Amino acid sequence: MNNFLDNIPKLRVSSWVEDGMDWLTDTFSGLFKLIQSGGKNMMDGITDGLLFIPPILFILIIAVLAFFVTGRKFGLALFSLIGLLFIYNQGLWDELMNTFTLVLFSSIIAIILGIPIGILMSKSTAVENIVKPILDFMQTMPGFVYLIPAVAFFGIGVVPGVFASVIFALPPTVRFTNLGIRQVPKDLIEAADSYGSTGAQKLVKVELPIAKSTIMAGINQTVLLSLSMVVIASMIGAPGLGREVLSALQRAQVGNGFVAGLSLVIFAIIVDRLTQSFNKQNR
Amino acid sequence: MKEKIRVEHVTKIFGRNQQKALKLVEQQKSKTDILQETGATVGVYDANFTVNEGEIFVIMGLSGSGKSTLIRLLNRLITPTSGNIYIDNIDITKAKKQELQLIRRQKMSMVFQNFALFPHRTILENTEYGLEIRGMSKEQRIEKAEQALQNAGLLVYKDQYPHQLSGGMQQRVGLARALANDPEILLMDEAFSALDPLIRKDMQDELLELQANVKKTIVFITHDLNEALRIGDRIAIMKDGQIMQIGTGEEILTNPANHYIQTFLEDVDRSKVLTAESAMVRPITINTEHDGPKVALQRMREEEVSVLLATNRQKQFLGYITADDALKAAKDGVSSVTSYIRTDMPTVEPATLLQDLLSTISDSPTPIAVVEDHRLRGILIRGVVLEALSSSTQEEVNTNE
Repeated sequence: MNNFLDNIPKLRVSSWVEDGMDWLTDTFSGLFKLIQSGGKNMMDGITDGLLFIPPILFILIIAVLAFFVTGRKFGLALFSLIGLLFIYNQGLWDELMNTFTLVLFSSIIAIILGIPIGILMSKSTAVENIVKPILDFMQTMPGFVYLIPAVAFFGIGVVPGVFASVIFALPPTVRFTNLGIRQVPKDLIEAADSYGSTGAQKLVKVELPIAKSTIMAGINQTVLLSLSMVVIASMIGAPGLGREVLSALQRAQVGNGFVAGLSLVIFAIIVDRLTQSFNKQNR
Repeated sequence: MKEKIRVEHVTKIFGRNQQKALKLVEQQKSKTDILQETGATVGVYDANFTVNEGEIFVIMGLSGSGKSTLIRLLNRLITPTSGNIYIDNIDITKAKKQELQLIRRQKMSMVFQNFALFPHRTILENTEYGLEIRGMSKEQRIEKAEQALQNAGLLVYKDQYPHQLSGGMQQRVGLARALANDPEILLMDEAFSALDPLIRKDMQDELLELQANVKKTIVFITHDLNEALRIGDRIAIMKDGQIMQIGTGEEILTNPANHYIQTFLEDVDRSKVLTAESAMVRPITINTEHDGPKVALQRMREEEVSVLLATNRQKQFLGYITADDALKAAKDGVSSVTSYIRTDMPTVEPATLLQDLLSTISDSPTPIAVVEDHRLRGILIRGVVLEALSSSTQEEVNTNE
């Protein structure tokens, strides 16, 4: 029996994948270069813009925003104020802004891609059956693996970081959009139909507004997942707090690693609570 | 009389093996047998009926009888497996998507059992929905929606959200949303079933009044025989997806088409031995010689009724007083309610046979007073009468066994 199994030659899956990658890289190299340079310029511009704002003003804006979206409570506002001042004090402000741009960019792209895919999924069970396993695949594949094609397509830097983050962070938005629309009560759909709504009217006036809080929960997950890719993306040269964590790891600097890690945690908590509060406020 | 809706040989089968299932229904197999053999569910089988313009057509049946499916076939929320449905002589089973949307926008509105108000929209925005979908300008649709809410007495709530309103008010909004569209046909799917009995009765009255004023064609679904008798011009009784009988309330009560309907109506023949006296209940009265409007309102609150029977000191029957009138009297500062007594309540003798009362009961909007030598003895309420009929049947059956 063992002999029989051993007689099957090894399937050359890895080289097929490599051939495919090579083909993609060769064929679309122009496009990839364009995205790489355009994306890099745009993101550098945003980071420069953010850095142009005096840090103290930026910190105050975030704190005031936190105060209002949490329903005039001081908790998150105070946390944001102290947390961001701490990050500034540790000399990590530039890194924070780089991370902010990376998270912002990958989240926005993931949302722009994810919501329409989720809508398509909710409207067609066939699409759902195709997309669902792909999402499972995307979520179970270790995040590191996405770095390889990212480097092949876009070289190193912030753009491949965004590429890997988008793939990693996309599934929750797609899933929650699909779920939210499918969970709209049947009689509301019937009501919308019985008044002669077109598909688009039904979607915009009934389904999306009712599914909104579910979709927002998905977006919240997407933002946090893209944040969690920051450290991994720094391995291929994406700048930001992740790079600090990585370099501390490589040099075994426990103190620096802790500070950079703590800064990431502070940032993550602020982002998470802010997006959640937006959701609650809209209900 | 102009024909508004015509349903011809309409069948709806859900699930797989529809053709096989169709053959089995033709062989008179039961729903459960067909489900076991083919895995298909028969929703509606070979429905045929017409609804005239300005008529209230009630479709009655127990749960699972296919009545909700049938009403959804009328605006094609569900597409029939076979058969034709004509609205104003246009076959909607053949209508294309856009035509169907147009018909739904212009001709028919639907009211749902659980109201189906959009939770993210205010009462006004809910009421506007149908008009908004049609592409009417904002000013115009707000005006129309506000008018519809005004008619329903709900304008003050226009900026509230549905969850802030009680069930009865939500359904008034549901009805206002349907009427804002000014449809020719109203489809009402168990519209009042989720409401508690008193509010249900008020809503039925409002619907009858509406019908008298604006003459919509109404298809009304219910599982409640009393409701069907109360509001239906004609009633169709359904069982296992088939229509068993169509007729006026009286026709069905006096001449049921088959055994099922007979048992459904709890065997009307038994009513021959029952008299008004045996079915009457204690009336809630007010002595108009010494009680004023405030006492009347207090008693209505206490007894949870909206109508009191008026008597004098000798318990002689004078008429009845409604809550609205009592409220008016109280507001006007009048100390006696005598001038507010209404006298259009039918009266019967205690010895009258219930059999002879059925048509009076189904025609009368009010309960019936039981009067002997001018003195008020009791009151006949439709529900209690029917209950009395049914329980007498049960006893009869039990003794026979």
